[in-house]
This record gives sequence, structure tokens and C-alpha cells, in this order.
Amino acid sequence: MSAIALIRPHDWTIPLLVHIFGAMLLVGALTLAAVSLIAAWRSGSARLIRLAYMSLFYGALPGYIVFRVGAEWIASKEHLSDSNLAWIGIGYGVSDVGFLLLIISLVAGGISVRRMNRGGEPSQIAARIVTGLVSLVLVAYLVAVWAMTTKPT
Amino acid sequence: MYHALLFFHVLSAFFLAAGIVIYSSFALGGPVNRTTRLIAEILWGVGGLGTLVFGIWLALNRPEYEIYDGWIIAALVLWFLATGSGARASRGMRPVGDDSALAIDRRTAIAHWMRVFWFLALLVVMVWKPGA
Repeated sequence: MSAIALIRPHDWTIPLLVHIFGAMLLVGALTLAAVSLIAAWRSGSARLIRLAYMSLFYGALPGYIVFRVGAEWIASKEHLSDSNLAWIGIGYGVSDVGFLLLIISLVAGGISVRRMNRGGEPSQIAARIVTGLVSLVLVAYLVAVWAMTTKPT
Repeated sequence: MYHALLFFHVLSAFFLAAGIVIYSSFALGGPVNRTTRLIAEILWGVGGLGTLVFGIWLALNRPEYEIYDGWIIAALVLWFLATGSGARASRGMRPVGDDSALAIDRRTAIAHWMRVFWFLALLVVMVWKPGA
């Protein structure tokens, strides 16, 4: 597997680039959301909470779509779509659970932003729940990066 | 050994990407807080150092790669360009203390977007490995 990773056919380059670019945008946007929410934990800063939710909507969601399209594309190129390899299973598992948690975070964030747009205060409970979910997703993606690079069988 | 080096190299690249996304939010008018600015700087610094150290280690570790391969030299040049632009951009993005957006001067904005450009070019070179 190491040899395959080292000598990769050049027609895999674009799908792999799409996959990695999407993953980096996704992880970057999730990190921005987590950092902003942690910074707002004590102060309750509405600006930081809004930034976190905007980051999830405009960064993490498109990043996820690009990352997942790239994943399917490179998996089909490598004929791994129906593979039973452990690292492929970890990748798809983390990706699916991560998407579910991202959608829950987006819904909670969306309700909170709507409340802020009507002149209300952001919900601190929603902000703390989303902080936990986003942090959990980031840890899960760390495991996915480990699986994608070490390729355990 | 190869897998551990590759993991830390790729993880460092994700740190760099996360730092860039946070700095991009500052450049696009997002609120700048002391904590978020500090974490962006740590991610950028640790990611930059990690990609360089583990990247060179990988090149020395594998017989398939040589440190003087064209794509590795290109990657090193792009890394230095990204680091130079990043240092200039980071100096111009300092929090004012009340979570408000920064008034970023034109040179800082250009330095930041150049950092993004060099990073993306670096990503393309690392995945494509032209000449390998």
C-alpha cells in the first residue's frame, strides 16, 4: 500500500486534490467554529457566536460536499467503492457520523442566528451544545486523517 | 516509520489549512478576538514547522524520493513564499480588544491572499508530484 501511495497514477491527481481540498476547508471551518465558540464561552459574545455559525454554513457544509464528492471520485478510480478495507470503513463511518453531527449543529446554529436577527440574544445552551458537537467531529476527523495516511487493514 | 511521518506531515498541513481559514475570516471582516488570533498563529506556526520538518524527514526516509527532486525543491520554495507572505499578513492582523472586525490595510490583505495562493500551489505540487 505504501508503494501505491508513493507511485500514484497521475489521473488520480485531480480527484485526490478535490478530496483533500474539501477536507481542508471542512476541518478549517470546523476549527474556526470551535475556536470562536470556545472564545465566546465566558463572554457570550454574539459576534463570535454568529461567526461560528456562519463558518459552519459557508465553510464546513460546502467543504463537506466537495470532500465527499472527491472521496467517491477517488474511490471509484481506485476501485475501492465496495471495499472491505478497514481504513475505507473508518473513512466512510467518520464521514457519515460527522455529517449527521454537522447537520444537527447547523440546525441549532440556524435557530440561534434567526433569533439574533430578530434582535434577541444568542442561545448560550445551543452554543455550548454546538461547541461539544463540533469538537467531537474534529476529533473524529483526526482519526480519519490517521486512517487515510496509515491505511490500517 | 513511513506511516507515522506521513501522518504527522499531513496533520501539520491540516493545521496550516485551519490557520489559513481563521486568518481568512479576519481578512473578510469577521470579528478578531485575542484567543482566536492566538490559536490561528499557533496553528500556522506549528503547521508550518511540522510540514517542513516531517516533509524533509519523509524525503530522506524513502529511497523513492531525493531531497533535490524538482517537485520537492518547488515545494520548499512555495513553503518559504507562503511563510514570508504569512508573516507579513500576521503582523497586520492584531485584535483591538472588543471582538470587532479589523480595518486591514491593502498590503496586509494582499499578503494574506498571496499566502492562500502559495499554500494552494503547494498543495497541488504535493499531490501531483510533477516529475516523480
